[in-house]
Amino acid sequence: MEIKVLGPGCANCHKMEEMTKRAVTELGIDAKIEKITDIGQIAMHGILATPGLIVNGKIKHSGKPLPSLEKIKEVIKGEF
Amino acid sequence: MLKDFAHYLVVSVFGMDPGRLSGALEFFIYDSIKIFLLLSVIIFVVSVIRSYFPPERTKRILSHKREFIGNILAALLGVVTPFCSCSAVPLFIGFVEAGVPLGVTFSFLISSPMVNEVAVVLLWGLFGWKIALIYMGTGLLVAIFAGFIIGKLKLERWVEEYVYKIRSLGGAAGIVKQAFKERLVYARASTAEILRKVWLYVVVAIGIGGFIHGYVPEDFLVRYAGPQNPFGVPVAVALGVPLYSNAAGVIPIVYALMEKGMSMGTVLAFMMAVTALSLPEMIILRKVLKIKLLAVFVGIMTITIIGVGYLFNAIL
Repeated sequence: MEIKVLGPGCANCHKMEEMTKRAVTELGIDAKIEKITDIGQIAMHGILATPGLIVNGKIKHSGKPLPSLEKIKEVIKGEF
Repeated sequence: MLKDFAHYLVVSVFGMDPGRLSGALEFFIYDSIKIFLLLSVIIFVVSVIRSYFPPERTKRILSHKREFIGNILAALLGVVTPFCSCSAVPLFIGFVEAGVPLGVTFSFLISSPMVNEVAVVLLWGLFGWKIALIYMGTGLLVAIFAGFIIGKLKLERWVEEYVYKIRSLGGAAGIVKQAFKERLVYARASTAEILRKVWLYVVVAIGIGGFIHGYVPEDFLVRYAGPQNPFGVPVAVALGVPLYSNAAGVIPIVYALMEKGMSMGTVLAFMMAVTALSLPEMIILRKVLKIKLLAVFVGIMTITIIGVGYLFNAIL
């Protein structure tokens, strides 16, 4: 499973990364989490508002407000 | 009813004697409750509407739109599409890549931070609905006009080349279907987040109205920045351009200026300059725009906003 957190490095982006890591740990699944901070790369992935969350190539979240930890877990489980 | 409640609270609960201070406190409590009620309700309603317009959909609507119609749509969508300046670059690239004309993209980028529900509600609560409507109407006009001019100037060559080379990986972007209940959940979270961000500014603004009122002479600023002074507007705009704040942050200053006799047009122009143009946003946009285009953008905006200021000083 491939998870990407996209954001140039704002506070919300860090929070998103932390929550995603926690979600993966709590779910106990094997997933690679990649943080993408390059603006061009972010745009290339089709994210218009940061932070973005992409699971297995599908955009699951973009922008504010951040999803809850439960929501992130749900989204990851849905792709598992 | 709210007034009675504020009076009851101050006189009976706090046990204060009626006087200047208790009057100010009553006014403060009444205004605070009124404005926070307004804010909560309107932000919630707008957030529900907003959930139907994620940036992805706005991008699709504006893609390959004709100029003018596109500028009007972009300015209107700017009001409801969530956007923060930290996302300006990916949003800009995404729009350009999807074939949204440059001028139309600008109309969106201008209207989004300047005209939004927080600005309108605060103006409504503090100065009345007329001022709120005027600000919203002229804000939209400024966004439409400035974007239209930038489009007509055909400045595509002053966008950084790499922007045109970016191709979306495709297929990834989809608009997630949401049940209405999910939209309400989103709206509640969004309302809470916005209120958390703005409440302090709002309290300070109301505090200025309640307490500083009466301690500085009413016409303190009239001499320097009243309608009679031809330089009032350009000076206010020049001061506002580098300042960085969202609509809520600038409201306490706006309130204080207005209280002390600065004329309406000058105040509105100042508020537009602060919210629509800022140094940090320019630095962010510099990643996608060449310095010449950035300068044209700032120039057109400055002139348009100054024009708006003069217009209102003349007719209000």
